Amino acid sequence: MPPLLSLVLRRSAYALLTLVAVSVLIFIGTEILPGDLAQVILGQTATPETVAALRRELGLDRPAPQRYVEWILGAFNGDFGVSLANRVPVAELVGDRLGKTLVLAATAAAISVPLSLILGIVAALHRERPTDHAISAVTLAFVSFPEFLIGYALVIVFAINLGWLPALSTVREGADLTQWLRAIALPATTLSLVLLAHTMRLTRTAIVNVLSADYVQMAELKGLSPARVIVRHAFPNAIGPILSIVMLTFAYLVVGVVVVEVVFNYSGMGKLMVDAVSNRDMPLVQACGLIFSAIYIVCNLLADLLGIVANPRLLHPK
Amino acid sequence: MRGRRSLLAPIAATFLAALALASLLAPWIAPHAETAIAGDPWAPWSAKHWLGTDSLGRDMVTRLLYGARNTIAIALAASLLSFAIAVVLAFAAATYRGWIDQLLSRTVDVLMSIPTLIFALVVLSALGSSVPVLIGTIVLLDTTRFYRLARALAVDVMAFEFVETARLRGEGFWWFLRREILPNVSAPLLAEFGLRFSFAALFLSSLSFLGLGVQPPAADLGSMVKENVQAIAFGLAVPLLPAGLLAALAIAVNVLVDWHNRRDAARMAQAR
Repeated sequence: MPPLLSLVLRRSAYALLTLVAVSVLIFIGTEILPGDLAQVILGQTATPETVAALRRELGLDRPAPQRYVEWILGAFNGDFGVSLANRVPVAELVGDRLGKTLVLAATAAAISVPLSLILGIVAALHRERPTDHAISAVTLAFVSFPEFLIGYALVIVFAINLGWLPALSTVREGADLTQWLRAIALPATTLSLVLLAHTMRLTRTAIVNVLSADYVQMAELKGLSPARVIVRHAFPNAIGPILSIVMLTFAYLVVGVVVVEVVFNYSGMGKLMVDAVSNRDMPLVQACGLIFSAIYIVCNLLADLLGIVANPRLLHPK
Repeated sequence: MRGRRSLLAPIAATFLAALALASLLAPWIAPHAETAIAGDPWAPWSAKHWLGTDSLGRDMVTRLLYGARNTIAIALAASLLSFAIAVVLAFAAATYRGWIDQLLSRTVDVLMSIPTLIFALVVLSALGSSVPVLIGTIVLLDTTRFYRLARALAVDVMAFEFVETARLRGEGFWWFLRREILPNVSAPLLAEFGLRFSFAALFLSSLSFLGLGVQPPAADLGSMVKENVQAIAFGLAVPLLPAGLLAALAIAVNVLVDWHNRRDAARMAQAR
């Protein structure tokens, strides 16, 4: 087998194993509640008979390992059970919401990835000079800003004071592209600003590493123009780390959406999960947890693989 | 540039010291009790209420003092606890290697492959939000990050000859931990501690903002944002006060960590 293929297979198998371990953890996590689910739903005043009846209805009278296997097999077929709060199949609730979250995440990535690459490259080229220090200082501050601070600050400026954009991102059925873009503008900007700081710092480090390599110095000493040094010599070697950064950005976005969706009342997966946690709607919490973790693990796997494909030296670890 | 940087660290340190002192003394210096209603809702800034009042008419200065106190206390407790646990586990893994190392490292790998917020949401949905559960969740999440770094550092130190000598002398685990490993890895661990503390404070506030962290009527920098969100519709920036204080706290910690790292790097360069 070619080494690349075997590596891809090995890493993918490891990621799958991790996902299984994570699903067990999520299942245990929702099982460790004091008493059990039936008791929690019915409250302390319920008679033992009604609790027992509900326990049977929810299938809680069967052993946990059996329920785990049923749950995970169902999940693979897109069946996550029935929501406790409104008795609707979880898959139905999740499907539409997941799409909205991915749209928001993709929009934020489309804004922040190119911007952070440009800023990162500019900072790296001017490293240890005022431009770099200014960019570094601003991003250092942004790394420390909680998402809700950036979100509400944008709302105050653009929705309340200027009145350009809506403060809440409720997209009605059949909204056209303009309405939809207006609704998504502020949450996507918030996410991008949060991300920008992280990805820009990673990009800067990646480029600085490449620029300090011997072959780049050689190219400079040969008298090549700075643009040619960057485009022909430095950039091809930075593609691997940069692709990794882009995938890690997606992985971060998947989680970052949760708070931003709540800030803007955007009806995506994140808000769905937060509501499910408040309602203690366990099947829904499990499903959301598993889907978020799966996306996160896949993004990290892709970051890993892209880094290796772009830098074949990693195929042969010392 | 040098001058500006050397000025930044003392400012951050002074700010953090003042904030720590203020939150420690909150019960004595706050003008009102933590949950006392002191005036009309959303009163403007005045001599009586320096920063106005919140959605229920509680004094904002009081709420901010208590909010900072609760957030800092929980974040500090969580990061100290996870620091201690992670250092012992990581050094045990580095000292004994073998199955202990494998078990701990693979467990940490799995825990780290779950997004932090998602993990916390799953745990909180089962156990409900109480201060011990919040601290426990953050400790579990933070320990994995600490462990990774501490183990890598400890493995490096274990390769030195002076450690080999101590091993031949037959020294025990705690000797290794206190006399051989810790003194050699304290600088990077201290920097990590700062970053983990600011992560814990931001994370806790995010949970409180989602309504799943510190529960009302207790104040927390995140839950104060949630409580006062309605003010934004009237063009009031009340929720930005706790959010801004939280950001200032995180920035100050980051500036100090940055300063510490630079100083340590300079020290290492000089020693070489």
